[in-house]
Amino acid sequence: MSHEDVLNPKQMPHDPEKATLEGKNKFLAFWFFLGGETVLFASLFGTYLALNRSTSGENTPEHLFGLELVFIMTMLLLTSSLTSVYAMYHMKNNDFRKMQLWLGITVALGLAFLGFEIYEFVHYIHEYEFTFRSSAFGSAFYTLVGFHGGHVLFGLSWIVALMIRNSKRGLNLYNAPKFYIASLYWHFIDVVWVFIFTVVYLMGVV
Amino acid sequence: MSTAMSQNRGLGAAIWDYLTTVDHKKIAHLYLVAGGLFFLIGGLEAMLIRIQLMRPDNDFISAGLYNEMITMHGTTMIFLAAMPLIFALMNAVVPLQIGARDVAFPFLNSLGFWLFLFGGILLNVSWFTGGAPDAGWTNYAPLSTTSAGHGVDYYVMGLQISGAGTLIGGINFLVTIVNMRAPGMTYMRMPLFSWASFVTSALILFAFPALTVGLFLMMFDRMFGSVFFDTAAGGNAIIWEHLFWIFGHPEVYILILPLFGAFSDIFSTFSKKRLFGYSAMVFATVLIGFLGFMVWAHHMFTVGMGPIANSIFAVATMAIAVPTGIKIFNWMFTMWGGNIRMTSAMLWSVAFIPSFTIGGMTGVMLAAAAADYQYHDTYFVVGHFHYVIVGGVVFGLFASLHYWWPKMFGKVLNEKLGKLAFWPFFIGFHLTFFIQHFLGLMGMPRRYWVFLEGQGLETGNIISTAGAFLMAIGTIIFLVNVVYTSVKTEKVSGDPWDGRTLEWSIPSPPPHYNFVQTPLVRGLDPLWVEKSEGKKGMTPAEPLGDIHMPNASILPFMMSLGLFIAGFGFIYQVDDKGWLALVFIGMGITLGSMLIRSLKDDLGHHIHKADLEKDIEKGAGK
Amino acid sequence: MANHSNMTQQQDEFVKKQHKEEMKQQVISFALMILFTFIAFGMVILDIGSIFLIPTLLLLAVVQVLFQLYYFMHMKNKGHDMVAVMMYGGLGVAILTIITFTTIIWW
Repeated sequence: MSHEDVLNPKQMPHDPEKATLEGKNKFLAFWFFLGGETVLFASLFGTYLALNRSTSGENTPEHLFGLELVFIMTMLLLTSSLTSVYAMYHMKNNDFRKMQLWLGITVALGLAFLGFEIYEFVHYIHEYEFTFRSSAFGSAFYTLVGFHGGHVLFGLSWIVALMIRNSKRGLNLYNAPKFYIASLYWHFIDVVWVFIFTVVYLMGVV
Repeated sequence: MSTAMSQNRGLGAAIWDYLTTVDHKKIAHLYLVAGGLFFLIGGLEAMLIRIQLMRPDNDFISAGLYNEMITMHGTTMIFLAAMPLIFALMNAVVPLQIGARDVAFPFLNSLGFWLFLFGGILLNVSWFTGGAPDAGWTNYAPLSTTSAGHGVDYYVMGLQISGAGTLIGGINFLVTIVNMRAPGMTYMRMPLFSWASFVTSALILFAFPALTVGLFLMMFDRMFGSVFFDTAAGGNAIIWEHLFWIFGHPEVYILILPLFGAFSDIFSTFSKKRLFGYSAMVFATVLIGFLGFMVWAHHMFTVGMGPIANSIFAVATMAIAVPTGIKIFNWMFTMWGGNIRMTSAMLWSVAFIPSFTIGGMTGVMLAAAAADYQYHDTYFVVGHFHYVIVGGVVFGLFASLHYWWPKMFGKVLNEKLGKLAFWPFFIGFHLTFFIQHFLGLMGMPRRYWVFLEGQGLETGNIISTAGAFLMAIGTIIFLVNVVYTSVKTEKVSGDPWDGRTLEWSIPSPPPHYNFVQTPLVRGLDPLWVEKSEGKKGMTPAEPLGDIHMPNASILPFMMSLGLFIAGFGFIYQVDDKGWLALVFIGMGITLGSMLIRSLKDDLGHHIHKADLEKDIEKGAGK
Repeated sequence: MANHSNMTQQQDEFVKKQHKEEMKQQVISFALMILFTFIAFGMVILDIGSIFLIPTLLLLAVVQVLFQLYYFMHMKNKGHDMVAVMMYGGLGVAILTIITFTTIIWW
């Protein structure tokens, strides 16, 4: 049996993402990477917490942050997390078309989130002249939230690339792990956001 | 495909082979050569430092150049010499010890190497472009944020790139050890070197992200106008110190743990005894790794964190002496009553015990926070960390190279030359660094360009410099040995030391696929188990069949090259925004290569049963 | 042979049912996460000036994240032991880092 046949079995196994050794390796490595990412974001959160009172002029967290926008962004990202769960549900049932559909919805929600984030940054810079360079608080805020935004952008590009690459050939044991770890990445982005909206925004205006 | 290529090939093909290789054994060669070169560069820098400090008020090199020397000596030795040499050993040995055909991610393995190499080259390019980094290897703000020129920018970009490579390597070895062990190779049957590599990789995973963030903040401050470390704008310079040491202290355990593992294997092999207290050794390794994350602030006792914080970190630091002590005693008990062979590898290992213990004792002295106010930033500290890093890591590297050289290259390093290299290095090492403790207690501060006449520091410094020359002689003899061995000695069998672990059950150097048939592991020291039952080799765990192997690829090289180019763009866009073009070109190459990697399927290739049978006839089986 | 395919079909249906069951749990956890988010934002907008406000906000965030990790990312399923080791390892270092940056950096 050639490798090609091994990756395209007549009947897909129940956990296609972990059916091959490559898949198992990818699965574990990506989780470990997320363990490292936890420390990365903790360092950024720590820096933010150390500097969030080093404001200049009027531009304090209370003055800047509007909770309406943050609430909408939170709902968008939270929902996108659920839609990617649906995508993985259909992957496990070997329903490629539905998986692509749910991934598409995930991407749309993610794009909306990113759009709001860009709007927020532009708004701060133009309305308040609150920039990366204006105070230590500014540097820490844009770095923390920007790192998260960068993760969103990377996650979106990743999922879109996977969707396009595999649109014609459907699901097999070679690409199933790729879809699965991309969805893990997406969930992790949401995990980080939960702390950002709590620590940066909610605790910022309390 | 690759077997056909490896037959008649010229130099160009050989270079291309190494540029694209994903074979862990060849990547080990690459790490060894690159790490070895950086070790020589770092050593040369050390010699220049010692010549400058040979006599009072010396003007051998200028003050500015001296600062660059100490910075680059530390940075090079830690990041570009010790780390890659350890990765060379891990690559060469871990897959063989656990009975795997390759690492979990051969492609990422290659990417990790090329990132490290390009990061290292970027850092050293700074010598030729107007000055190397000069803010010390710890790069404390605000010294680093206000350092003129681009030296510190090179530090930031170079370490960022090579650090990414290290993180990738760490994750790769974690997954390899979790998923790729041969049947029967349970965790508690793994050789200590594999165990130590596992713990070290976990430390890399949790420590390097802190450095990544620190370097990003430093980069933003120096190149993009943010104010993280600028107290005038509300920033805080202590953030850098914490981030650096949250990474930096685990880093020293990242360096020493794999060599603790190697010593364990060496003591056991050359004493012809099972390692004494195997499970205690595993436990101690894990415990050192765990405690390694709770002690970083002992580098910052004099910062003013307050007595409570200082006490907590002092106690945690002293606690590390306990698992380390367990190890020291277990090594001695392993030798006790053993059938000891004093080979070069064993010589380095035996010399390691007292040398490292001295470094450990001064470590406990430094851990006493109140006393540290006296020792801080003196030569006492320099003496201490060279005792653990040279007496532990460098001795360990020499021991491991002697021990595994036959496995890597199929030839035993000359024993006479090996011992001849050992003695000047060993004596020189103690001459250089022992006296430095006393220089420090006499008040000589570290990192000073000159010392004054008539303060009683002359004798100590000249002794120290003389010792450094002896170490250089030892290193040169070792290099002569490498050259001599590669031209002279005949090939050896797969098992020159009468070994105990799996790597000695296959030919030296091993075939491309390591194991013709995956071995069945039946206990600790699996090869010894078989030997003691009168068998010649391992029992296979599978029938002879096709072997699936990964394909070679140039993409890791291209990805790293892209980041290297982008690095220059980031550094020089401060002067002229036109340099941003390099950022776009470089990142384009990197992201483009990543996209190709993502879109193009890489299914690997098979080595067929018929070819394997041919290899067995030539002796690949045993 | 026929018997065999019959078996796999049964097995298949069983697994699909399991997936459906799991999906139900995930939808419930999603509903709870939305609810927690509402509570968190509500408490801040309604300006509840209590010393328990910030601890409560953090607690809600932690619970949300646990839902995310254990249900959405399947950490509750078997085969995630090593995953848990490394995630909690990272979390340990993360907590130490945050404590440090809120206590011993001079202010």
